[in-house]
Amino acid sequence: MKEPINFMLVGVGGQGTLLAANILADAGLAAGYDVKKSEIHGMAQRGGSVSSHVRWGEQVFSPMAGKGEVDILLGFEMVEALRYIEYLRQGGRAILSTHQIPPVAVTSGGAEYPSQARFIGVVEQVTKDYLLVPAVEIAQQLGNARAHNLVILGALSAWLAVEEHIWLEAAARHVPAKALEVNLEAFRRGRALAGQARKR
Amino acid sequence: MKRILSGNEAIAWGAWEAGVEVAAAYPGTPSTEILETFATLPDVYAEWATNEKVAMDVAIGAAYAGRRAMTCMKHVGLNVAADSFFYASMTGIEAGLVIVSADDPAMHSSQNEQDNRRYAKFARVPCLEPSDSQEAKEMVAAALDISEQFDTPVLLRITTRIAHTYSPVEVGERQKRPPKVEKFPRNFEKYVMLPVNARKRHPVLEERIQRLAEFAESFPYNRVELRDQELGIVTCGVSYQYAREVFPDASVLRLGMTYPVPRRLIADFAGKVRRLIVLEELDPFLEEEIRILGIPVEGKSIFPICGEFSPEVVRDAAIAAGLLPESERVVPPDPIKGDLPPRPPVLCPGCPHRGVFYVMKKFKLPVQGDIGCYTLGAMPPLSTIDFCGCMGAGIGVAHGADKAGGPERQIAVIGDSTFFHTGMPALLNVAYNRGKTITVIMDNRVTAMTGHQQNPGTGYTLQGERTVEVELEPLVRAMGIPNVRTVDAYDLKAVQEAFEEALAKEEPAVIITRRECALLPEARKRYLPLRVDRQKCIACWTCFRVGCPAIRRSDEIFEKNKRQKSDIDPLLCTGCEVCAQVCPQHAILFRSEVAPAPTPAGGQS
Repeated sequence: MKEPINFMLVGVGGQGTLLAANILADAGLAAGYDVKKSEIHGMAQRGGSVSSHVRWGEQVFSPMAGKGEVDILLGFEMVEALRYIEYLRQGGRAILSTHQIPPVAVTSGGAEYPSQARFIGVVEQVTKDYLLVPAVEIAQQLGNARAHNLVILGALSAWLAVEEHIWLEAAARHVPAKALEVNLEAFRRGRALAGQARKR
Repeated sequence: MKRILSGNEAIAWGAWEAGVEVAAAYPGTPSTEILETFATLPDVYAEWATNEKVAMDVAIGAAYAGRRAMTCMKHVGLNVAADSFFYASMTGIEAGLVIVSADDPAMHSSQNEQDNRRYAKFARVPCLEPSDSQEAKEMVAAALDISEQFDTPVLLRITTRIAHTYSPVEVGERQKRPPKVEKFPRNFEKYVMLPVNARKRHPVLEERIQRLAEFAESFPYNRVELRDQELGIVTCGVSYQYAREVFPDASVLRLGMTYPVPRRLIADFAGKVRRLIVLEELDPFLEEEIRILGIPVEGKSIFPICGEFSPEVVRDAAIAAGLLPESERVVPPDPIKGDLPPRPPVLCPGCPHRGVFYVMKKFKLPVQGDIGCYTLGAMPPLSTIDFCGCMGAGIGVAHGADKAGGPERQIAVIGDSTFFHTGMPALLNVAYNRGKTITVIMDNRVTAMTGHQQNPGTGYTLQGERTVEVELEPLVRAMGIPNVRTVDAYDLKAVQEAFEEALAKEEPAVIITRRECALLPEARKRYLPLRVDRQKCIACWTCFRVGCPAIRRSDEIFEKNKRQKSDIDPLLCTGCEVCAQVCPQHAILFRSEVAPAPTPAGGQS
């Protein structure tokens, strides 16, 4: 019997959250789970807020989990992670990129982008079991900021009982060949980071 | 091996496996990827038609000619194609015809959330509804078989959560099948819907739908799952998944064919359960069908009629109705977050529509919009569009308002693809009826909103072949409007002059604002981020009025007004120069003034 896991991936259109969701769904299937992935296309893609649901289980029915039903939240951008934080169940787990993309309301409208202290304050009302990942900085060090989503997935992989080769093969099926090596390295960096955090 | 496919991809594969040879569609969320996927499969013909009605006629024609055919559209596309849908029901077909309607409960990207199962009943056409991607694939084949067995088109109705949910699918081989007829059938009584023939055809379809109701009794996708008999749930589509999720112990009658319904199967199921409810999104369609049978049932008295379902919507409604105990409620965390900055969809950096709206706004005239990216011109700070209803409506509404005799000149804005879709007859109407509406065709050289599809203006077909490229200017003149002016959408002065020229004459005019979508590959090659000269910036914030995501506040304060000077995000700016033209201080440098940036490592080669 496979323990069901509900994932939710949130970020900004164009960040690559959909690609990460594809790899996550594919890895689940390869690991023997039934999987469903749901997302909304269309107007939300134009620099707007984007969310995807991925569910693994013995038999998955609903394509998405409700508020308070997500086991692991993957946040690719700080404000978006806060926007959807109530989908995470109380005490669930979260991997949160510290990347900030200020919306137009902030850059030109004068609205306030939350500080990291406020961000952590909100997250900790829901869970203490979270990992902050400087995913974009790590990916930039590797020479391709766009690989930040694989850093996040790598960190996630350290939390799950799915063998590493399954992840790497799933990534290879979705990442363009010319960017594959840097993406796999990004994955390994994320995995190592989460592994070290657990040992501490 | 199983692959993870979206419902849309699965439908494309299902059509290919079942031997569909011809498919036509007009793009529309959430249906677009069906044809995009189908077009890449071997040995098929697929086209973007100019609108959904034309697409349906094309598919019907192919089915008459003996080849299995498919057409796909979003729910409101079936409104456009409704006339053809009805005659196809009257005539029947030679080879199988499946019509895919992708409905959009919750209106993720639509102007309404109509329930297109109503069309099935309206036109006496059977309706199938899959509950996941595997079924979506299989039901295309089932629909085509039913189509041929009963001589009828078949409606395959999906919703956004089926179209855009990915689940495992077993992909198979393509069936080879000979054409049903060699040549187009010369069958006067069946295919020429003169009243004399139509009167004979009407009883045929009434009798056909009775036979289909009988067929539905043993249709394998109508499935009874008996569990606890305290509660029985009749459901369909994605709602089946929510029924299983929220009521794991309840008995379920899952209808894969939602019109016509299997009467005995429903009565038998109703007789086995103590309380019968219907779980369906949008209209009480099945609920009404069951009521007509005289069977007591609950549905919309428990579950909402508006919006889409989710496990939490279904669970909360069930708890309120006493179907589930209060202990089943999932209480989500409720952290104190404070205000978060919103992130609504906006026109992209470099969007050619932005400057046109900026200029148009200055004239303070009523602007009738249409369906496309440019609808976002209605949002602040541009706030220029006063109406948006459906595809092609803006020009007619402007003309009607013009003829109503108000004091203002009317402006209609429409994109290139929407103009080809239903804008052309409306513009011809303006010319013919001597209106004086100013029509702005925002020609960004692609069907942008749905993700860059080809159209008659792009010079390429769906399957990537070179084709004719319609010329808008002679087309508009041929309609009887000589006042046609084409300008570069990035050139604000030229746009302004075009409006002034059009307003000077009490005649209809067309302004074509031409510039390719900034996200197209050839446009990306020309990206050159602009810079703000901080010495010159006086923090007047005029540049913010163009509403570009690339313009942001800097940390530098202008002493006189204590406001932040402007800055440009080099990662977002494309160098369209709209903000540079707007700046009264010449503080934003034009492309010729910024040194060309070196190509970043790993960038375009």
